[in-house]
Amino acid sequence: MSSALHDMGVARLGRALAAGEVSSLELTQHLLTRVAAFEHLGAFLARDTELSLAQAREADACRARGQAQSLTGVPIAHKDIFVTRGLASTAGSKMLAGYASPFDATVVARLSAAGMVTLGKLNCDEFAMGSANENSAFGPAKNPWDLQRVPGGSSGGSAAAVAARLVPAATGTDTGGSIRQPASFSGVTGIKPTYGVCSRYGMIAFASSLDQAGPLARSAEDCALLLSAMSGFDERDATSAERAPQDFHAQMLTPREGATAARPLQGLRIGLPSEFFPAALAADVNGAVRAALAEFEKLGATLVGVSLPRTELSIPVYYIIAPAEASSNLSRFDGVKFGHRAKDYSDLRSMYERTRAEGFGPEVKRRIMIGTYVLSHGYYDAYYLQAQKLRRMIADDFQACFKDCDLIAGPVAPTVAWKIGEQHDDPVKAYLADIFTLPGSLAGLPGMSVPAGFGEGGMPVGLQLIGNYFDEGRLLHAAHAFQQATDFHSRAPAGASAA
Amino acid sequence: MSAPALIRGFEVVIGLETHAQLSTRSKIFSGASTQFGAAPNTQACAVDLALPGTLPVLNRGAVERAIRFGLAVQAKVAPLSIFARKNYFYPDLPKGYQISQYEIPVVQGGHVDIRVGEQNKRIHLTRAHLEEDAGKSLHEDYAGCTGIDLNRAGTPLLEIVTEPDMRSSAEAVEYAKALHTLVVWLGVCDGNMQEGSFRCDANVSVRRPGAELGTRREVKNLNSFRFLQQAIDFEVQWQIDRIEDGLPIEQATVLFDPDTGETRAMRSKEDAHDYRYFPDPDLPPLVIAPEWVEQVRRDMPELPAAMAQRFQAADGLAAADAVLMTQSLAFARYYEALRDACGSAKLAANWLMGEVSKRLNAQAADIADMPLPVQTLAALIRRIVDGTVSNNGARQVFDALWAAAGGDVDALIEARGLRQMSDAGALEAIVDAVIAANAKSVEEYRAGKDKAFNALVGQVMKASKGKANPAQANELLKRKLG
Repeated sequence: MSSALHDMGVARLGRALAAGEVSSLELTQHLLTRVAAFEHLGAFLARDTELSLAQAREADACRARGQAQSLTGVPIAHKDIFVTRGLASTAGSKMLAGYASPFDATVVARLSAAGMVTLGKLNCDEFAMGSANENSAFGPAKNPWDLQRVPGGSSGGSAAAVAARLVPAATGTDTGGSIRQPASFSGVTGIKPTYGVCSRYGMIAFASSLDQAGPLARSAEDCALLLSAMSGFDERDATSAERAPQDFHAQMLTPREGATAARPLQGLRIGLPSEFFPAALAADVNGAVRAALAEFEKLGATLVGVSLPRTELSIPVYYIIAPAEASSNLSRFDGVKFGHRAKDYSDLRSMYERTRAEGFGPEVKRRIMIGTYVLSHGYYDAYYLQAQKLRRMIADDFQACFKDCDLIAGPVAPTVAWKIGEQHDDPVKAYLADIFTLPGSLAGLPGMSVPAGFGEGGMPVGLQLIGNYFDEGRLLHAAHAFQQATDFHSRAPAGASAA
Repeated sequence: MSAPALIRGFEVVIGLETHAQLSTRSKIFSGASTQFGAAPNTQACAVDLALPGTLPVLNRGAVERAIRFGLAVQAKVAPLSIFARKNYFYPDLPKGYQISQYEIPVVQGGHVDIRVGEQNKRIHLTRAHLEEDAGKSLHEDYAGCTGIDLNRAGTPLLEIVTEPDMRSSAEAVEYAKALHTLVVWLGVCDGNMQEGSFRCDANVSVRRPGAELGTRREVKNLNSFRFLQQAIDFEVQWQIDRIEDGLPIEQATVLFDPDTGETRAMRSKEDAHDYRYFPDPDLPPLVIAPEWVEQVRRDMPELPAAMAQRFQAADGLAAADAVLMTQSLAFARYYEALRDACGSAKLAANWLMGEVSKRLNAQAADIADMPLPVQTLAALIRRIVDGTVSNNGARQVFDALWAAAGGDVDALIEARGLRQMSDAGALEAIVDAVIAANAKSVEEYRAGKDKAFNALVGQVMKASKGKANPAQANELLKRKLG
């Protein structure tokens, strides 16, 4: 039994716990042992065994009292962009090394309230800036499918930990693709909901108008369970959507009208933007995505051609808006109130300068400089305002597409995971790799990465599905149907199952 | 309207920016208390400290107060306004930016009418916007460092900006006073200037009549009307000196030193910040539905100008008296209660302007500190009206009432022997006796000497030991001598 525990996903573990096949304490101990054995992955930044075991015991006690919910006792770990009481919250930055938050992020608090056991905090790019987890001040996380490769980013630790079967699920955040791209690179399922579905309270801000929390897990079903628990209106976040709590799992299970057992997606129109299939798209990615789309057709979906003509423009638009917001959001890290403060300084100005020079890594500094520049007097209109206009047009382009289709599909990233260090000297090349995830982020739309096959070097390839606003139920339903017919999502990297 | 007075041949141009602290119990973007005077950093929550992960949520009470102000100055209440971030580094600015409104403020336009001497003048407002206050740096030696107190960080402010409409420090002070009265009247600000709840920045420039606007210097943080006047007066002389010496005026931010009465430059235009304003992505646009504005309008108190009009029309008060009765809402309420209780608007106003204001002013107190209940003062005035006591006698009773913070009016009149003679027979006897004993004065009066009549009245008062009602004595004398 115990050897298979770590292969189980959230839903399966929930059933095992409910049936008394295993206790949360046993499960937690088992996974903590695995976490320790996989230290070399660099997935975890903080753990507290006693804290986790205490939570597991409480979950078991809760179950004994007959008060268990569907997630009670199931372990999870959190991207270190969420602040947590009891575990340091660093955002992957030296600036916040050892920072102790006096409160839990809303998402964390909700998952805890649902009975989940926290196994620790997960590595990520510094302040969520990056797409390879190589910008973490605490070293890179590695891809369990190939330790020479990156797991993706910025939620790289989350994707690596789920892929390596260290945790059944993890939280992530997605600003320009930071859930979907690492999910794709690491062969796990991840969903970024519509902007406003999850509270941003307690998420250390990168770009406020884009940041969204979401789960990374083994399946669409697991994501549906997690998203139901972590989402919902929060009066502490003025941008959170005011609407009733959602049962995404029930929405996922609701059959489509006219569906049959063999054709559960009958009538679903999937739009394929021609811009998402450029000539430069890697052949292995193209092949896996096309094969997955053929599977969707078999399940009853129809594929229609659509266009998102401003796809390429989403890169400059994003790399103006996100750094602009970041440059302001990161101003609070000044050495005055919390976090790192330089030891030697002569006056206030030198305290600021040295603190920030020492505390921030190169990519964060780069983005602060870009953001400061585009907001400066005389440049604001040419850059920031122009980018905001284009952002609205990009959102309008999606609405035009949704006249002809229910979901949009394409690759998550142009390639499979690259080798660690490969893109160190060329930040712009890394920015370009975000091209397929940025448009949906700018529009605030929900998007998923669903394991769709394998490419070069046996590395996973993710299929991206994008829905209209608040259409998470439809997204999850389609992904679930695909996962009922395929097993890409349940395959584990070689090293992971053996351990 | 007469041409503005020139100073050394220059016209003075002034615009004011006033920060009125809004009277909400909690801060504009957090739930922490706004109570003044707490121990440092005891009223700063995670949001005020800008801890990682915190977010601002707008306090609707602050918006409601902005709407109330906008309606009172007949401004446009913007159906949609935007919060922006003003970015700069300072230790008492925890987020590294101040949340304010920049391109689209919540209150647009409007005006405040003032009276300077015998002149009415309309001061136009450019805008009023919502923003948060910063914390305080405590530069006095604090364990060898500068201390930071973030209790004030996040306190809601309404920044009220005028057009450059004022032409003298006197006008600026009148505007500031009128604005102060208004915001306190509306209940949007407690008006406490010592605690910084109401403070002004003055933009001052001078020019030759008819010339383009001169370069302005901004005097920051003036927290009394006297300082406002002194700072502007000093600044005007300083600027004229420079110009007459052939030196340029450079745009600058200056501070006023109350000890020396002088202003000195804090920073010049060259080291002005680039604040990199942009819309705050943490706060959706502020949408104010027409229904909300209407609800606020329904709950608006009658405004001072309208109330003064009513006191003139309905109570027959003189214009200047009506304005005095509306110097504050509390004052106006006291006046109305007194008027209704005593039955004489004129006497109620006279007593409030006279004895009451004299004593309150002497104690630097306001009507809220008035020791006498309305009913007590009204009882005294009624005794004047019904002739029981003379004005002079009433003042003596008032002194006693004030000193004891109350008392029984009738008992005091009796105890001090101030009751006027109400017995017509007794008065008649005295008048007869006075006429008989003063044949010379009677003769003179009949010969046309009015002075002689006054002497006779004086004799009657004397004979009655001051208890005769002078009006009655007058009438009776006239009748008997007629």
